[in-house]
Amino acid sequence: MSQAVATGVLSPRRSLADMIPAAALLIVFLAYPLGLGVWLGFTDARIGRPGIFTGLENYISLFEDDVFLLSVFNTILYTSVATVIKFGLGLWLALLLNNSMPFKAFIRAIVLLPYIVPTVLSAIAFWWIYDAQFSIISWALVKMGIIDHYIDFLGEPNMARGSLIAANIWRGIPFVAICLLAGLQTISPSLYEAAALDGASAWQRFRHVTVPMLMPILSVVLTFSVLFTFTDFQLVYAITRGGPVNSTHLMATLAFQRAIAGGRLGEGAAISTAMIPFLIFATVFSYYGLQRRKWQQGGHDD
Amino acid sequence: MAAVVIRDVEKAFGSLRVIHGINVDIADGEFVVLVGPSGCGKSTLLRMIAGLEQITGGSISIGGRVVNNLPPKDRDTAMVFQNYALYPHMTVHDNMAFSLKLRHADAKLIGERVAKAAAILNLEDYLQRYPRQLSGGQRQRVAMGRAIVRDPQVFLFDEPLSNLDAKLRVQMRTEIKALHQRLKTTTVYVTHDQIEAMTMADRIVVMHDGIVEQIGTPLELYDHPANTFVAGFIGSPAMNFLPGTLRNGAVETAGGQAIRVAMPKAEDGQPVILGVRPEHLKIGNGHGIKGQVSVLEPTGAETQIFVDTPSGPVTAVVSERHSFAPGTPITLEPRPDCIHLFDAQSGRHL
Repeated sequence: MSQAVATGVLSPRRSLADMIPAAALLIVFLAYPLGLGVWLGFTDARIGRPGIFTGLENYISLFEDDVFLLSVFNTILYTSVATVIKFGLGLWLALLLNNSMPFKAFIRAIVLLPYIVPTVLSAIAFWWIYDAQFSIISWALVKMGIIDHYIDFLGEPNMARGSLIAANIWRGIPFVAICLLAGLQTISPSLYEAAALDGASAWQRFRHVTVPMLMPILSVVLTFSVLFTFTDFQLVYAITRGGPVNSTHLMATLAFQRAIAGGRLGEGAAISTAMIPFLIFATVFSYYGLQRRKWQQGGHDD
Repeated sequence: MAAVVIRDVEKAFGSLRVIHGINVDIADGEFVVLVGPSGCGKSTLLRMIAGLEQITGGSISIGGRVVNNLPPKDRDTAMVFQNYALYPHMTVHDNMAFSLKLRHADAKLIGERVAKAAAILNLEDYLQRYPRQLSGGQRQRVAMGRAIVRDPQVFLFDEPLSNLDAKLRVQMRTEIKALHQRLKTTTVYVTHDQIEAMTMADRIVVMHDGIVEQIGTPLELYDHPANTFVAGFIGSPAMNFLPGTLRNGAVETAGGQAIRVAMPKAEDGQPVILGVRPEHLKIGNGHGIKGQVSVLEPTGAETQIFVDTPSGPVTAVVSERHSFAPGTPITLEPRPDCIHLFDAQSGRHL
């Protein structure tokens, strides 16, 4: 026993050496690009030209840039509306899937489909669905006699924003539903039975048992969902490229547009860096605001 | 408080029938224990009383009212679950107050009821704790407190002690019995542990494979088991069974030994099973069941002797201390008034 412990303890030098591979990966692929991005944001670098330190100049000009301010608005709108609806529908779907029904495993697998299709493929499908001339939605509505001419989903700013949000919701629901379903399945059925005997109606059982028991996992899923949605790039870039007339740019697509397509690396890096405070705020809010409850702590017998 | 009447109750899960027409009358204020091996349907029966399982056939009434189609909350029963089913996100106080809050009882009444239940169960110091911060025995008491606060017509217990260690189980057993004596609420208690059943019950319902084998007071079941199943299930160590044939007022066992029995209501030559409890065997001198000692287990107060006989292993419990070497020939003499005879075919008591 004591021998096993003795051999199990590594010297500090050996421990540090063991950490090198992981640390190297993190530094090379995470810390260095992040640091470089932040640094580039303070320069006027362009593609092919290193650039010089310009201080906060990029940020100051961005604050007077209507396209950038609109992209911030779009990103917040996109994230908040999509997240609320994803969680509402995802929770509903999870509750449905949690019931016993025939072909349960099969139906649960099908629900995951939108999530396993590569984003760009589903984005192209949505592009087609939203097409001004070939939209299947418009076609169906016209055939049903509800409308008399095709809807221009992507041609008008608010319509385009709504369409993108709908595509993001479609894609995000499976993740939320499957995570929340996993959470629901950890709730002991006897809690519902006890609540039923205590006189709780179906709504009261949901309100007083399901919701509080689901809160810890909900907060983690919420955090991830907010991060993924806030930094979303693929859907918007594949469906609208930020158009019409820059009206649907998210911060991520605008950063790409300015830095890579436009060649102004410094400005693009500044836009990316400007996302960091929002992300930190969202993470802190959803993670610390919801996750650890007092009833989850303790557990020692005394 | 109310009487519970169970009439011809049946339960099927799809095509699988698990309860085949059960009749039990539980008097107002009675403590009835449903006991039987795993899968005998005792928990299912309890859950049907609570309303957590549909009743396939027959009827259950509580306090004269048929409850077959009433939802659990309208049956006025309170249940203590095996895993306690405490709401982990509520304090002890809130766990106990939950049902009253749902009924919109006023805060003063809730406070009084919870305080009273906490006092009965010694939980006053723990009211602001969460279930995770409690020991197993305390959680068990909170679960009972939640039931008491409701002041229901019937208490239902579903194997409430099986998650506790042996010492705590004995202590909680006494507490539950004391609680019943104090509150006098009709109680239905499910367990697979016959000692729990014997020590707590006013009456015991022995179940097996979805039917009732026998209903009676603990001592009735012990003294007059209706069949071999009840005889073997009640009592610890279990009753010894020796198959044999009745001849001239004695049972000739398969091993070729003859044991005299008193006045059986059976014919000569009938195949029977002779049953005798370990505590009704004493070490005799040449007359009785012969065999060799295989294992000796002294417990201090008494000694268990395991004996190999030609009819199979036989256990005896004696109060004297012995130190037989394994293989020692021994004769075990049954108390003549404590011999049970069962029909070999049906298992029924003769």
